[in-house]
Amino acid sequence: MSSKVTEPTRVCELEQIDRESGVTALVHGRAVAIFRTHDDRVYALSNYDPFGKASVLARGIVGTRTVDGDEVPFVASPLHKQAFDLRTGRCLDHPDVRVSAYEVIISEGAVLVGGVKEQR
Amino acid sequence: MKTRKTIVVAGHGMVGHRFVQAAIERGLTETHDIVVIGEEPRPAYDRVALTSFFEVGAQELSFLPGGAYEDPRVRLVLDTQVLGIDRASHSVELSSGERIGYDELVLATGASPFVPPMPGHDLDGTFVYRTIEDLEAIRDRAATARVGAVIGGGLLGLEAANALHQLGVQTHVVELAPRLMAVQIDEAGGRTLTRHVEGLGLTVHTGVMSECVQGEDRVTGLKFKDHDEVLPLDMVVFSAGIRPRDTLAREAGLDLAERGGVLVDEQCRSSDPHVWAIGECAAPGGKMYGLVAPGYDMAEIVVDALLGGPGVFAGADMSTKLKLLGVDVASFGDAHATTPDSLELVYSDAVAGVYKKLVISECGTKLLGGVLVGDASAYGLLRPMVASGLPLPENPEELILPQSSGAGFSLPAEAQICSCNNVSKGEIEQAVADGAESQAAVTQCTGAGSTCGSCKTQVKKIVEDYFAAQGKTIDKSLCEHFAMTRAELFDVVLVHGYTRFDQIIEAHGRGRGCDICKPAIASILASQLNGHVLARENRTLQDTNDAYLANLQRNGTYSVVPRIPGGEITPDKLIVIGEVARDFDLYTKITGGQRIDLFGARMEDLPAIWTRLVDAGFESGHAYGKSLRTVKSCVGSTWCRYGVQDSVGMAIELELRYRGLRSPHKLKGGVSGCARECAEARGKDFGIIATEKGWNLYVCGNGGANPAHAQLLAGDLDGETLIRYLDRFLMYYIRTADRLQRTSTWLDSVEGGLDRVREIVVEDALGLGSELEAAMAAHIDTYVDEWKATLEDPEKLGRFVSFVNAPDTPDPHITFREERAMPVPAEPTGPVSLGASIPVGAPVTGQVEGAR
Ligand code: SRM
Ligand SMILES: Cc1cc2nc3c(=O)[nH]c(=O)nc-3n(C[C@H](O)[C@H](O)[C@H](O)COP(=O)(O)OP(=O)(O)OC[C@H]3O[C@@H](n4cnc5c(N)ncnc54)[C@H](O)[C@@H]3O)c2cc1C
Ligand code: SF4
Ligand code: FES
Repeated sequence: MSSKVTEPTRVCELEQIDRESGVTALVHGRAVAIFRTHDDRVYALSNYDPFGKASVLARGIVGTRTVDGDEVPFVASPLHKQAFDLRTGRCLDHPDVRVSAYEVIISEGAVLVGGVKEQR
Repeated sequence: MKTRKTIVVAGHGMVGHRFVQAAIERGLTETHDIVVIGEEPRPAYDRVALTSFFEVGAQELSFLPGGAYEDPRVRLVLDTQVLGIDRASHSVELSSGERIGYDELVLATGASPFVPPMPGHDLDGTFVYRTIEDLEAIRDRAATARVGAVIGGGLLGLEAANALHQLGVQTHVVELAPRLMAVQIDEAGGRTLTRHVEGLGLTVHTGVMSECVQGEDRVTGLKFKDHDEVLPLDMVVFSAGIRPRDTLAREAGLDLAERGGVLVDEQCRSSDPHVWAIGECAAPGGKMYGLVAPGYDMAEIVVDALLGGPGVFAGADMSTKLKLLGVDVASFGDAHATTPDSLELVYSDAVAGVYKKLVISECGTKLLGGVLVGDASAYGLLRPMVASGLPLPENPEELILPQSSGAGFSLPAEAQICSCNNVSKGEIEQAVADGAESQAAVTQCTGAGSTCGSCKTQVKKIVEDYFAAQGKTIDKSLCEHFAMTRAELFDVVLVHGYTRFDQIIEAHGRGRGCDICKPAIASILASQLNGHVLARENRTLQDTNDAYLANLQRNGTYSVVPRIPGGEITPDKLIVIGEVARDFDLYTKITGGQRIDLFGARMEDLPAIWTRLVDAGFESGHAYGKSLRTVKSCVGSTWCRYGVQDSVGMAIELELRYRGLRSPHKLKGGVSGCARECAEARGKDFGIIATEKGWNLYVCGNGGANPAHAQLLAGDLDGETLIRYLDRFLMYYIRTADRLQRTSTWLDSVEGGLDRVREIVVEDALGLGSELEAAMAAHIDTYVDEWKATLEDPEKLGRFVSFVNAPDTPDPHITFREERAMPVPAEPTGPVSLGASIPVGAPVTGQVEGAR
């Protein structure tokens, strides 16, 4: 599947996102959850929790989980705690479930969200 | 044509009840009607646990709390005596005048306490210890009595003596034999036991014969034979053995055993083939058994026989363990070494008050029995070893040396672990394999441990061993980031004075934390520092609901619950809640916790809603936090014609005192104005019930999936003491419980259980009292209303926006439909798009991050 090319959209300042937490932004009409990890990396996923069927992921707890020796940054859905890989949107508890992950650009302290990432 | 037959059961005690239960379970009621006649005013109850009546009350002991069997073919007649048996016409006559015909008659009339026929034995102030009514009478007298004596220093006598002592009566134990518990333990063990009993504050007289009870119409003293002095007393309890209640059988001309009891064969059939006898009134092969387990066996055997089965009674294990006295005593198997040429192995430590003896077969390979005084921890392992004939390990002394846990010795699957309920090790392991993962769960599904409780530690060990054998050590780590329990982490944080998650995980954990350890640490920090949960340094740790100071609902909206302390609310405040709900279009419901919940609030509306509520004088109800929820009240003495104390006032005081207190799980309280218990206080983590003299404090109850009744921690307290104990209790729980462990499951995990908690909270055995009280005082001093503080802080308020780049645009995913004139969540439709209709900032270019 190829990503839809979308103009990167500036959504907020990096400083508006607490480390290890998320905010919700409207990007081309879609609710996108944007997360900042402890090392100042920024990731964006669809805000829609496919299990709980509600737009809430940005409000989950951000942390790390070890998967096959790899430390995966994830968010736990605030509804029923399913964990989603921040990098890919893959659900760590149910690997066939995945939410869209978006490209993110940081520029001069601003956060920009681009198109959906290629699935690998 | 009458095809159904009738079984009449005389006596509704422990064994009569078991008989009926087994008859229902095994289908005997498909062909037979059962009529059970009981002389006591209430259905069968747990007589073995009789002493706990003083703590838990009659209801808790009942085997039939509903008052009837569910099977309609069983008729229960209470408060009625069977007066006689007419074997010719196959009928019994009742004290009510009714006559009932039977096809089969089962005698389960139990035994009665033996009262030595000495002068004065029936004076006012003499008692026996057998029924709930007996205990009620003893309690009433103890309220005014100063000194009392228990005649009989056996197992039951000691239990009764301890109860008297606990009721505040200065207590003497008078025993004819040269030592206490003469039937069960040997001389050296008896000496050790006497020292322990005296250590508890009781006075022991052994080797003395009571001659008469003195007094005009009320007891005033006890006179011993060959002594001139009279022991001045206000009450006497006889516990000098029991006699089978075999009068009905005797008068009907049935054969009796030489030493009393209905003589029955190995199928429990009397000399009349249609009359059976079970329990303590029966003497299979001429011997009566004063324990419940053999009675249960007999009940099962008669049901089996009536179904045409082959079951026979094969004698019983007479092992015993003293309950409740606070002294460990156990005796099992051939405790007196009566087996020819048996050997004795003794460990004795006079200083520590420990005496242990094993009786071993001549060849040294088999354990025959033993006595344990002062430390009976090995009982759970040793008793089944005798019962199953397991070969002894090479160094049998290991089994009784101090600190030996019996590790390494493994019982065979068929070893009986719970003798009261006949449950084997194999059955316990099967239950674990089928998903019962704790001692409590095993007890629930197998019954093991539910009667006298002496096998509980052994059950727990089997569960743990089972997991260990599977390579599944019960890992107590909080999560992959912290190899510690919550209690350990609590201490680490306290000792180092940490204030931030970063410090803690860097020093004691690994990785960056997760949805398990972050809220747990947030809760620990909040319990210790009571800072604002949305303070910048810790807000990303908060669980879903705490993060927005409201409860997240299925469609992404929130619910709002203002605190209504004790459920008391003024009309004006009630009107404000109504107005807020109306203006913000919120679904409104009275909760199960005596307050009002407003559902369907959008996150971005929460500050406006709370501004209105705070202005009207409301505070956060912490419905979202693992913290104090409500202290439910009944209306109490202010209005209720039964109330004896102001329960509403107390509930409000407690709710305000503990509001905002963060804890391992939610905490709920209740206060009832009298024993009618309209506030359901015993269904709460802490429940208070008013008495004439003050307040009874119950702890560790809950409703929910596994309901538990709260248990009495201390009685008749004045308000100040009540609060002191509660402060200590709550803080001790907060410090030592696991994450998401409510008080009742925490109590199950406390070594020593309720008694231990009482030692710490009431007796202050660890000297922690003032520290715990100070911790609570610090919480109370630093309490602020979380919502008010949030409204005053723009930085915190900044988080309550639907979209960071479009703060006032409502989330289009949230839609409602109407039900009974109020909004409720509409069915979810999947991700939706607002289209490109909303401008959200200009494109900028730069490098791509975070796309590894
Ligand atoms: C609103 C209410 C039901 C109602 O409409 O009456 C309710 C609603 C919820 N209960 Fe409850 N419980 C409510 C009274 C109760 C009661 C009754 C009581 O308090 O007297 C009980 C049984 C008593 C008890 O707790 O011992 C109760 C036992 C539970 C449990 C099971 C707890 C347990 O130990 O087994 C949970 C689950 C949990 O906490 O893990 C739970 C969890 C919940 C949660 C928080 C589930 C959640 O995380 O979304 C619900 C959300 C509340 C909300 O959104 O506002 N609720 N819940 C009641 C709010 C009371 C209040 O004023 O605060
Ligand atoms: C304080 C105490 C502690 C104990 N601790 C233990 C222990 O730790 N372990 C242990 O194994 N055992 C213990 N026991 C003994 C145990 O309770 C008995 O073995 C058990 O109750 C016997 O059951 P049962 O049904 O034969 O007799 P009961 O439970 O006494 O039942 C007999 C019932 O029949 C009724 N009845 C009698 N005659 C008539 C009649 N004519 N008409 C109608 N009803 C009649 C009686 O009122 C009674 O309710 C203890 C007993 C006491 C009192
Ligand atoms: S518990 Fe007692 S005081 Fe309270 S309402 Fe019920 S009957 Fe009245
Ligand atoms: S041995 Fe009495 S309950 Fe198990």
